[in-house]
Amino acid sequence: MNAKDILLQFKNGLFDRNPLLVQVLGVCASLAITTTVSNSLYMGLAVTAVLVCSNLLISLLRRFIPEQVRIAAYIVIISGFVTIVEMVMNAYMPSAAAKLGIFLPLIVVNCIILGRAEAFASKNTPLPSIIDGFAMGAGFTIALLLLGAIREILGSGSFFGIQLFGQSYTPIGILTSPPGAFMTLGCLIALIQYLKDRLQSKTKASADQTHKDVKNKEVEPNDL
Amino acid sequence: MIFDILTIFLSVALVGNYVFSQTLGICPFLGVSSSPSTALGMGLAVTFVMTLSNAATYLIFDLLLRDRFEYLQTVVFILVIASLVQLIEMMLKKLLPTLYRSLGIYLPLITTNCAVLAAANNAVSDESINGSFLFSTFYGFSAAIGFTIAIVIFSGVRARIDEEDVPKPFRGTPITLICAGIVAMIFNGLLSGIRF
Repeated sequence: MNAKDILLQFKNGLFDRNPLLVQVLGVCASLAITTTVSNSLYMGLAVTAVLVCSNLLISLLRRFIPEQVRIAAYIVIISGFVTIVEMVMNAYMPSAAAKLGIFLPLIVVNCIILGRAEAFASKNTPLPSIIDGFAMGAGFTIALLLLGAIREILGSGSFFGIQLFGQSYTPIGILTSPPGAFMTLGCLIALIQYLKDRLQSKTKASADQTHKDVKNKEVEPNDL
Repeated sequence: MIFDILTIFLSVALVGNYVFSQTLGICPFLGVSSSPSTALGMGLAVTFVMTLSNAATYLIFDLLLRDRFEYLQTVVFILVIASLVQLIEMMLKKLLPTLYRSLGIYLPLITTNCAVLAAANNAVSDESINGSFLFSTFYGFSAAIGFTIAIVIFSGVRARIDEEDVPKPFRGTPITLICAGIVAMIFNGLLSGIRF
């Protein structure tokens, strides 16, 4: 476990394997609550908190949970943490909890959390699992913020509730409704795929050059 | 009574459709809508589970949790749904093997369908249906019918998308999501045009 591994995990969570924009997981909640940036932030933080806690506990218990009942055990652990987050939010930020509404308890069935439990936490030691939770949570939060920013700025002409444009601006109302949510996410994923394709073709073009450099280095007898 | 039932059906299955206007159950909606027959299979399996799970969760909430352990709602409901899905799978395998063969592959996927948990939660918190076991069960049934309508309609659209030459960055998920948005717009627009 060194700095390079941690960096790689964060790169995976934020870009290469972003839970929402690349793996397309946790779509239900993302479409429903990203009408404003503040809602996106609350949802992202709640999911990150649950993800980090459940990854830690599942990774600690990975030798004790029998293979056959692992999914049930994961669901119980996750729903326990979701209940804690729900209670904390109801106590300290009741207005945010009210805005997230039904989607706060529905974090239990968010595929990202169960997916990371099954794919990562059940196979790794606690420390990398916590970092994985933070990285994936951050990737999800940033994707939600992006979606929320587009929908709030264009759909209601504000950002974090502050009006950005003058009276003459007519907001694109459809973007704050569910159909607009589908289309915004679709366009965002298309943009990511386009950027990825361009990046890949660029690196491919320069790959031959770097390949030569690497070969040259290997030949040099530095170790002697 | 009849009027109440009609109101529940219209408000959950059509006007407040779970997929198109509440964005619940999107994972199976995008994942299992590749052809009309699989979409119908998934819809029927969801209807089966959702009706039974709403009945079970309502009874458990009413008899055990109400006013005492309401904070356990999320934990208990997801466990009830997960075990119910398992139970239904085993029972169908034993009793109705033909139905099992057509629905079996979709059943395990339903545990993580957020529409099922949402329907259970809504049925116990919604004031208009609170206090009635029958209404709660019917709420689950209506929501599932709404889900089935949505997924079957969309599977027809999906079949057409696959034949089209879509620009490269839009291939796969993006075009599916954008079409889902358009179908949702049409669905919501048609229903808002109807005056009862």
